[in-house]
Amino acid sequence: MAYDYEKSIRPGKLPHIWCPGCGHGIVMKGLIRAMDTCELDRKNTAIVSGIGCASRLPGYLDACTLHTAHGRAAAFATGVKMAKPQMNVICVGGDGDGTAIGGNHFIHACRRNIDMTYVLMNNYIYGMTGGQFSPCTPTGDLASTTPYGNPDPIFDISKLAIGAGATFVARTTAAHPREIDKLIVKGIQHKGMAIIEVIDDCPTTYGRRNKFRSVIDMMKRLKTEAVSVKAAAKMTAEQLEGKFLTGVLFQDTEKPEYTVQYANVIKKAQGA
Amino acid sequence: MAKKVALLQGNEACAQGALYAGCKFFGGYPITPSTEVAEVLSVELPKVGGKFIQMEDEIAAMASVIGASLTGAKAITATSGPGVSLKQELIGYACIAEVPCVIINVMRGGPSTGMPTGPGQSDVMQAMWGTHGDHAAIALVPDSCQEIFSETVRAFNLAEKYRMPVQVLYDEIVGHMRERIEFPEPGELEVIDREAPSVSPEDYKPYDSTKGQVPPLAAFGSDYKYHVTGLNKADDGFPTTKASLVDAEERRQIDKVMDNIADIESYEEYLTEDADVVIWAYGSTSRSARYAVNELRKEGIKAGLFRPITLWPFPAKRTAELAEQAKAIVVAEMNLGQMVLEVERVAKGNCVVVHEGRVDGDPLNPGQIMDKVKEVL
Amino acid sequence: MSARLEIIERNCKGCSICVEFCPKDVLEMDVFLVTAPRPEDCIKCMQCELLCPDFAIKVHDE
Repeated sequence: MAYDYEKSIRPGKLPHIWCPGCGHGIVMKGLIRAMDTCELDRKNTAIVSGIGCASRLPGYLDACTLHTAHGRAAAFATGVKMAKPQMNVICVGGDGDGTAIGGNHFIHACRRNIDMTYVLMNNYIYGMTGGQFSPCTPTGDLASTTPYGNPDPIFDISKLAIGAGATFVARTTAAHPREIDKLIVKGIQHKGMAIIEVIDDCPTTYGRRNKFRSVIDMMKRLKTEAVSVKAAAKMTAEQLEGKFLTGVLFQDTEKPEYTVQYANVIKKAQGA
Repeated sequence: MAKKVALLQGNEACAQGALYAGCKFFGGYPITPSTEVAEVLSVELPKVGGKFIQMEDEIAAMASVIGASLTGAKAITATSGPGVSLKQELIGYACIAEVPCVIINVMRGGPSTGMPTGPGQSDVMQAMWGTHGDHAAIALVPDSCQEIFSETVRAFNLAEKYRMPVQVLYDEIVGHMRERIEFPEPGELEVIDREAPSVSPEDYKPYDSTKGQVPPLAAFGSDYKYHVTGLNKADDGFPTTKASLVDAEERRQIDKVMDNIADIESYEEYLTEDADVVIWAYGSTSRSARYAVNELRKEGIKAGLFRPITLWPFPAKRTAELAEQAKAIVVAEMNLGQMVLEVERVAKGNCVVVHEGRVDGDPLNPGQIMDKVKEVL
Repeated sequence: MSARLEIIERNCKGCSICVEFCPKDVLEMDVFLVTAPRPEDCIKCMQCELLCPDFAIKVHDE
């Protein structure tokens, strides 16, 4: 029954800083359940983030937590994992942090296929700075810096991750809480770079500008736009218009993992 | 037994010094004229179970170094001016989060791409003021291959002891020059490891300075769980905006360096006892300056050399004393006037302070320095 | 076994997600705070607890 989240949360840290209705808290709960399911020893787990609303997540969790600079989570995490491969490394962050200022680090961490799990909360906006458009703000939408509608095309984060070489890519939404931990568990268990994109809501800076009258409207949007990979297989292109796929989108268990590759380098260097 | 000797390039000596200090991680990005540091460490680190990674850019390289250091590994990166410019964001992070690491800057000209294969000494103010916000800095400026070796070891020691980034700056001339190096025996040079916490994991606060200005740093993946952030934080590592806590932490991070200048400071003096004119020079320029001193002495001019080896914190006390003793200080550096500003500041008008510099890719030669000395006297 | 709904008032930000997604209409908003006037109708589907972003509602077995 009632889940004991509190044992994973640092004393005195709740309530968190996120706005009413922000999905980041739902994702944090999912992450806690996933870490519990995988029985991750928190002493041996680094949770790394960049800057932004979603990047404040590590501060709440009782683990080795590293809140870095804007966009740099994957690069810091790479240093942690390389230096101590026995550690579990989890990155968390948002769409602007991960794919704009941190885009280069993101794609190269995917390319290396270094063993970490990156939970990317995509709420289509820069929330902490007040709602400027991100690489994931849909074209035409309003943001504080796109007063005439967003002229930019978007990044599809999951496709970006697959193209860049990540070997586990999955997507769900903040309105599908049970799928969040299920996919993060698979990501943690996967040996290599695992990207879990969680489509999230920002009622404060995205929703109110874009015809979502309430938090509930935004949550309903997540439920109606999400289509599982399985369901999508039976749908026409027309039916899939305006939808996005959820579930495990890609997995490759053949590509070598980076720290394993480097262990081989060490063996060669030592003449073994 | 005779010591192991080798003919090494400055950059190779740097890599060897890092290994001597117990470095176990290099994160870098290729840039002239520093690449040999990376190349040597890519060969040597895996032999000792260390890790070498070439990252996607300079910023990522700095990030990986900080991440690795937090797991307890001694970590280093090597770059040149354009790379240091990119790294500034995370050098500031290492300052505020107090993460030991070493940054090698093999200086070329600038600004921007400048002259990648030519020498320069124009990043010396950047070493102090490059990253935003108030912070302390330690920067070392060796002038020979042997000294690059030993100063790289000392850079690790200072980084570990004071829990902060330490920069080693040497110009392209010393970086690419080959000299005979004597390898110190293990134990011959001091090697300092960071202090580990002695309190229980429950009581550990990563910025608790009640027992000293430099709080012990636990390693990620040990028994200690804690939070690291680039935000202003309280002693428990969590963000705060409480004025008194922010103020105390900011001041402590500067005081831990400025209160320990005697420990951090290092300089060499040559014939300064009776000098009427002191040539104030560092790195490869000090080699020209030393030659100039000898030549000037032959001509009956009482010249001496002051050579800072620790450039930051600035050797204010000794420079001020020399300003009281000498008639003039000639600051010779391969830039258009950087450290001369500090010398002028501490000389307080007690002697004439002039600058001799060049930025055309050629080294400052002794004749040029001698002409300046004669002009000023 | 009936359910006991624990509401942690200091964590609740009044987003009303739990009220909206409760299939049995167990919960209600009291201005900016969630309340549980009909706990006897709870079927323990856990949607409120899972979807609460604020760690403010728990479903206990009684």
